[in-house]
Amino acid sequence: MNLDLVIENLPRFLSGVVLTLELTAASCVLGFALAIPLALMRLSSVRLWLWPATAYVLFFRGTPLLAQLFLIYYGSGQFRPALESVGLWTFFREPWFCALLTLVLNTAAYTSEILRGAIAGVPRGEIEAALACGMSRGLRFRRIILPRALGLAWPAYTNEIVYQLQATSLVSIITLMDITGVARVIASRHFAFYEAFLTAAVFYLVLVYGVLFLAKRAERRLLAHLRPPDARAAKPGFGFIR
Amino acid sequence: MFDLHGYGWMILDGVQVTLLVGLAAMVGAIAVGLAAALAKLFGSRIVRGTVEVYTTIVRGVPELVLLLLVYYGVPTLIQDTAAAMGREIEVTINPFVAGVGTITFIYGAFASEVFRAAYLAVPKGQFEAATALGLNRYLVFRLVVLPQMLRHALPGLGNLWMVLIKATALISVIQLPELMRSADVAARTTRMPFTFFFVACLIYLAITLTSMWLQSRAEAWASRGIERTQA
Repeated sequence: MNLDLVIENLPRFLSGVVLTLELTAASCVLGFALAIPLALMRLSSVRLWLWPATAYVLFFRGTPLLAQLFLIYYGSGQFRPALESVGLWTFFREPWFCALLTLVLNTAAYTSEILRGAIAGVPRGEIEAALACGMSRGLRFRRIILPRALGLAWPAYTNEIVYQLQATSLVSIITLMDITGVARVIASRHFAFYEAFLTAAVFYLVLVYGVLFLAKRAERRLLAHLRPPDARAAKPGFGFIR
Repeated sequence: MFDLHGYGWMILDGVQVTLLVGLAAMVGAIAVGLAAALAKLFGSRIVRGTVEVYTTIVRGVPELVLLLLVYYGVPTLIQDTAAAMGREIEVTINPFVAGVGTITFIYGAFASEVFRAAYLAVPKGQFEAATALGLNRYLVFRLVVLPQMLRHALPGLGNLWMVLIKATALISVIQLPELMRSADVAARTTRMPFTFFFVACLIYLAITLTSMWLQSRAEAWASRGIERTQA
């Protein structure tokens, strides 16, 4: 095993780590923001809200992320004149933009399902108590339902973050230099396949278990006032099968 | 609906390969999952430790990296090891084998957890009743525990299948002519990427919807004889 090669290329790998973390963080934040209205639409009884949101979630959960990525990155080329005329082509030309857009749209669909379950799982008594206090609909949602739902959703959402961290590895296929991208270049340039990919695997392992460790600590703080059995329903047994 | 410029058959061939890879990997994952679940439940400390390492790796490494490691890394590792022992050999892995092997390796870990939870969900009284009837350990498992495990495992296995079939799209990266790869080739030659990738998405969606329907049928079948509580 050529360890010198790995050590020599550590700075490149570290820049890959930065891109991986940037894409993960940005897509999780933006995806979460998009997931809240989506979850509310999915819980609505008005068909005009419910149906588009259901179709959206079904499409993004029912197709592979790679297909979505290609659809947006390569597929936008088919509409180049139209996109140019509205000035959007400068964005869709960039692999970075397409990667982020795909990751955001994808994670929003999964996150909205987590939130939908959590919002539906808020105990009835708490909503009734809010009603009895005379809270308006918006206030009730902002002060009672959403904070409670976030606590319920947190364990499942942690898995979503970890999944997202791993999903960013696909951006290497559209030429971005994240951890996997760096490993692929080093592998083919130096004919050092297992060294490069094993190094990438170690980086991902450290990041994934680092995130899980931090999430566990955050959970302890976030839910310190609650007895944990409440969260059991929202907690999947193993990892992030979705 | 879509003009596929004569590439329709190639896409259909791709669908076949996708389903074949998916089914082969699913069978493999169920076999690996059962074995790993038994190892986790009844294994010695060393066996349990090994399975623990296996699931830890699968949880923490992206599928794409594992796939590249298996397809490119393993042959070169074998070659280098052989060279160190003074032998010149050339090893290559067929993309189909690498793809099915990697997906089996990954989803076997998830399946093991599904089976373990299903085993633990069978009430203890069932074991005791079966033993009281004089059944031996093997018969207890085959006649009493396994059918009930199936009912508890089906939702998890259905979910696993739907995630697994989407994961097969990654194998296009190592040029296996499955659905994603066929769509890619057609998209490049016709210069209609959106059309072809959208068709690919719709096919994956159709597979998912069909699977969901079959799953609900299978769950109803496995739960026959279970009293349903009124909601």
